[in-house]
Amino acid sequence: MKQLLSGNEAIARGAWEAGVQYASAYPGTPSTEILENFARYPGIRAEWAANEKVALDNAIGASFGGARTIAVMKHVGVNVAADSLMSVSYTGVFGGLVLVSADDAGAFSSQNEQDNRNYARFGKFPCFDPADSEEARQYVGVALDLSEQFRTPVMLRTTTRLSHSKSAVEVSPPTERAFEPLPPFKREKEVTRVIIPAVARKRHPEIEERLRQIAEWAETAPVNRIEWGDKRLGIVTVGIAYQYVREIFEGFSILKLGMSYPLPMKMLRDFAEQVEQLIVVEELDPFVEDQLKAAGIAVAHGKDIFPMCGELTLAKVRAGAVKAGLPVAPIPPAVPPIDEVAIPARPPALCPGCPHRAFFYNLSRQKRKVMIAGDIGCYSMGVLPPFQAMDMLISMGASIGMAHGFKQAGGQEKAVATIGDSTFFHSGMAPLASAVYNRSNITVAILDNRITAMTGQQENPGTGKTLQGQETQEVDITAVVEAMGVKYVKEVDAWDVEAVGKTLKEATAFEDGPAVMVVKGACVFIPEYKPLPRLEVIADQCIACGLCFKVGCPAILKSEEVFEKTGKPKAVIDPLLCTGCTVCAQVCPTDAIVPMESDYMAGR
Amino acid sequence: MTIERLNMLFVGVGGQGVLTASDIAAQVGLDLGLDAKKSEVHGFAQRGGVVESHVRWAPVVGAPICEKGTVDVLVAFELLEAARWIDWLRVGGTVVVNTQQITPMSVSVGDAVYPEKEALLAALRKRAGRVVAVDALPIAEQAGSTRTMNTVILAALSTLLETPPEVWERAILRRVPAKYGEVNRVAFRLGREAAGA
Ligand SMILES: Cc1ncc(C[n+]2csc(CCOP(=O)(O)OP(=O)(O)O)c2C)c(N)n1
Ligand code: SF4
Repeated sequence: MKQLLSGNEAIARGAWEAGVQYASAYPGTPSTEILENFARYPGIRAEWAANEKVALDNAIGASFGGARTIAVMKHVGVNVAADSLMSVSYTGVFGGLVLVSADDAGAFSSQNEQDNRNYARFGKFPCFDPADSEEARQYVGVALDLSEQFRTPVMLRTTTRLSHSKSAVEVSPPTERAFEPLPPFKREKEVTRVIIPAVARKRHPEIEERLRQIAEWAETAPVNRIEWGDKRLGIVTVGIAYQYVREIFEGFSILKLGMSYPLPMKMLRDFAEQVEQLIVVEELDPFVEDQLKAAGIAVAHGKDIFPMCGELTLAKVRAGAVKAGLPVAPIPPAVPPIDEVAIPARPPALCPGCPHRAFFYNLSRQKRKVMIAGDIGCYSMGVLPPFQAMDMLISMGASIGMAHGFKQAGGQEKAVATIGDSTFFHSGMAPLASAVYNRSNITVAILDNRITAMTGQQENPGTGKTLQGQETQEVDITAVVEAMGVKYVKEVDAWDVEAVGKTLKEATAFEDGPAVMVVKGACVFIPEYKPLPRLEVIADQCIACGLCFKVGCPAILKSEEVFEKTGKPKAVIDPLLCTGCTVCAQVCPTDAIVPMESDYMAGR
Repeated sequence: MTIERLNMLFVGVGGQGVLTASDIAAQVGLDLGLDAKKSEVHGFAQRGGVVESHVRWAPVVGAPICEKGTVDVLVAFELLEAARWIDWLRVGGTVVVNTQQITPMSVSVGDAVYPEKEALLAALRKRAGRVVAVDALPIAEQAGSTRTMNTVILAALSTLLETPPEVWERAILRRVPAKYGEVNRVAFRLGREAAGA
């Protein structure tokens, strides 16, 4: 039956069909749904690891034991896992091992738009680049076979556009399958799974030879194919870019690469010789283009006309082609944008009821005296109005290390690091140990919303639930922090505005090593969150002071009614959005915000 | 004559059900015997950001996103978003707009103002071949649940396309939980009536 599957659903499906029996991942847009979907298939184990390096290490252990396995992460996650990745290329694999890297061309929800195909060349392993969901499904199996044939780790690269678009895939309902234990572990005479220098030196030339052989394999692999057409123009393309090419350059000759590394150079050279003019269309870096040029193949156009930055689109490919005088249809006329009225931006905001709100409200009021090192999660929105309470943010787990470094270098202000529960487990524990060890008086606010929220509410070591929904041991953040020797540790209710403010003051005043406050309260999207009766503003009592607008809640709107003395708009609460968290009511100086009399939504 | 190819762009605000609706619209394409693709950008988990989702039907679909200037129908779940995305429409294209207004943070913190409803509708009318405005939220409430708002909007959309309404209704009912089947059936009927079918 033909079914619409997203690229991510298709990768999960392909992995299951190809006999993957263990998968490990750390969530991250656009990769997250791969494991969430894989986890639903029978006869497999799937887990959230604490971070991407752990995920890859898990997969390496599984592969070394003989299992087929995948490790899944977003592009920047590969940076975290890179240490192991580089060396598992040297040791080689046993059971097939595929690293799924979900790149974010366009940086829709990431800190950068790095092109992870570069890792393939760097680490000397192959990289597959599917162009739609059906290919995504198939390539997982091809990649696993190749991984076992050449004993190499393999990267399967998707991008946001592929991961989050749906196309038709031929699938039948999954059949039952039982989980199979591995055969007894075989210790080899000559160690290859222990990457000591002597092994590394011996393996390096073998890796170079392996790569040469894989390039040979690529020459005839069906994933690379030529669609002959008009030979006045030949287009080399790879991944999702193929979809734009086949529409814009309809009728011309296309060499569609299913893998970007290593390249089938003979095939490419033959193609180049048979077409009048060769161009390369690929997203982000000139990865294929540079390899062609280095091989002496003439490339008429590539990154000179197609943008290096951002996601490719039909419009960008057409615009580049038109500019270079290539034979394509002209840019379609579009209706003009609206300029007679100003269209306000719609920036993301903390949800109504969000447990991060009271903390950032307090932090923004105390921010004159502090420097704030932020981290990655929903709370990154602390940088936006009305809070504007974040001064630095660089990568996951970096907040604590940055705050410490700032202080140790002689920073005069108090340094506050804000970090989420998932991020704390991901990479916050090592820098906290380091700060305790080196004795800086930083404040660390662990914003424990009981879930990995920003990526769509995934469980983590602190939540007491596994990816597959089983109850498990919950790692207690406060106990971990205490065990590290932190002398000020305090848990505080996330919605108690005054208590959060008081704790923040105490923590920043603490002068005997790092002070840690654990701000506890569940994200509104998980069952642990209990909505209260919704609130309303008693208009007669509202003096339009604007304080409640400072909590940055999407449910608090400016009323059409104004306060006569000042002419300023009063507040009104959107009952469709309010969850009754009371943060606004707590900051209101006239107690004008009260629960609705009888709220049918209460206790939903 | 039945539809051979169609580009639709669904836009709205996180939490409004835009993605489910576009999923259903893509499925309708398949059910009509065409190839279909859909592609979405949904930003972060939180509610309240801009959501965009492309749906394309054709005998063979290449790119999963539309090209600016080729959108046949812009389906906007929120008035301001219709205005934001209008320049993707092809000349003479149609806009289906839910007149619900959701205040963005930039407006509630006082950096910007939400334009007048009539000014926005006029600007849309000036640019589109046809504008169909529905006030879907009260209709959904009338049907029995605000959650059926996206069904109301799909119903309105279905009246504009030469497609059998049963195909839409079936695709919707397959997608929603069984216990919401009846309210969605009502919402579909009311949505079509509101759009003049
Ligand atoms: C290395 C890396 N891996 C994954 C991500 C994706 N990511 C962004 S925020 C986030 C989770 C944040 O969870 P938490 O710290 O609990 O904060 P919350 O969103 O729940 O407030 C993840 C996984 C990333 N940006 N970088
Ligand atoms: S998803 Fe959860 S943590 Fe994130 S902003 Fe919304 S309520 Fe807050």
